[in-house]
Amino acid sequence: MFCSFKDLKIAGIAAGVPKNVVKSEDLNLSADYDAAAFIETTGIRERRYSNDFTTSDLCCAAAEKLIADLGWEKSEIGILVFVSQNADYILPATACILQDRLGLDKECYAEDIALGCSGWVYGLSTIAGLMSAGTVKKALLLAGDAKRRAEYPLDTLMGFSGTATAIAWEDGAPGFKFHLGTDGSGAQAIIIPDGGARNMTTLHSFDMEEVDGKMINRLTPRMDGMDVFSFAITVPPKSIKKLGEYYGFDYQKADYFVFHQGNVIMLNKIIKKLKVEPERMPLSLPYYGNTSSASIPITIATQLKGKIENKHTKFIGCGFGVGLSWGTVAFETDSIVLSDLVEL
Amino acid sequence: MEINDFIKCVAEQYEEVDAQEFTPDTKFKTFEEWSSLTSLSIIAAVDDEFGVTLKGDDIRNATTIQDLFDAAKAKV
Repeated sequence: MFCSFKDLKIAGIAAGVPKNVVKSEDLNLSADYDAAAFIETTGIRERRYSNDFTTSDLCCAAAEKLIADLGWEKSEIGILVFVSQNADYILPATACILQDRLGLDKECYAEDIALGCSGWVYGLSTIAGLMSAGTVKKALLLAGDAKRRAEYPLDTLMGFSGTATAIAWEDGAPGFKFHLGTDGSGAQAIIIPDGGARNMTTLHSFDMEEVDGKMINRLTPRMDGMDVFSFAITVPPKSIKKLGEYYGFDYQKADYFVFHQGNVIMLNKIIKKLKVEPERMPLSLPYYGNTSSASIPITIATQLKGKIENKHTKFIGCGFGVGLSWGTVAFETDSIVLSDLVEL
Repeated sequence: MEINDFIKCVAEQYEEVDAQEFTPDTKFKTFEEWSSLTSLSIIAAVDDEFGVTLKGDDIRNATTIQDLFDAAKAKV
């Protein structure tokens, strides 16, 4: 589906990460696929990882920093959307806890969105819709994935991060144009089988079984890498082209193409299909890994800091993955605030 | 899409196997070099060359290059 919203802008972005760095060169892989091969294939040199902080802890710290850098009054923030697949509790929604923790007004709209790699774009569209139809002038989108709901061996691709994106109403601002889509037939492509209501957590959830040569239990995410790859090299470029066609603009004129940071082969394929030079595709993947719904904002906050704050900049953002779900957004920034990285 | 072009496309994803060795009956997953990365390279290359995107099951269910070609052709 397509939707567009005017008179809105991204005022600022901050990213929070654990201080603890995990280096890919220390990975103990197999003889025919060693750490060097892993780095070449995935593009991931290091990631941040720590079980000392939940996603909401990282998001909260990022939000505090961003609110201070923007000079916003907390009482003005009327919407808080928390996008994560690792909420603090089964219930209540983490957004409610964050409203109180951040000291936001009780007249604040707060909700969780349980999406992954596409989640930042979806959260942005939800906020834009609410702001366009209501009275709220300032909103916060908190997105990321960090500490998991169950302990399992750390995946070699994922890095932990929680980000904060500030959205503000501004008369005449170009706003956002979205293309959003879903293919639930691919639900099995990335899934944690147990722990939800479909397959409740039982003692058998902890039984180890072999999946793709690895021993994992049923509370561990499993991914059909080939299906995800096929999806990622076809659907995102089409979504970006569709957005340009629908709204009648040349997507190739964007200054930056910021994509969900899955792996570097995938990203190079996408940018090639778009016929755009890779220099306009910033990558946070080498330093932070695959950060799920945080990947677009952390890429902007860490890789474009010092380059875009003082000039008008056109973006295409595209998130795609678990669901399967995807979203493309075209937006422009002017005097955006990019906070220093927040490390906990 | 012609079988010979398809074979060439698959063969190019192998660095350590001579391209001459590949025929329609080649069991492409039996080479020592085969890995999950080879499968991604094949998916990407077939997508590039023929505009057809193979999925995980297409690779898993195929034994020979002919099987893979048939799966790709069914998607055209």
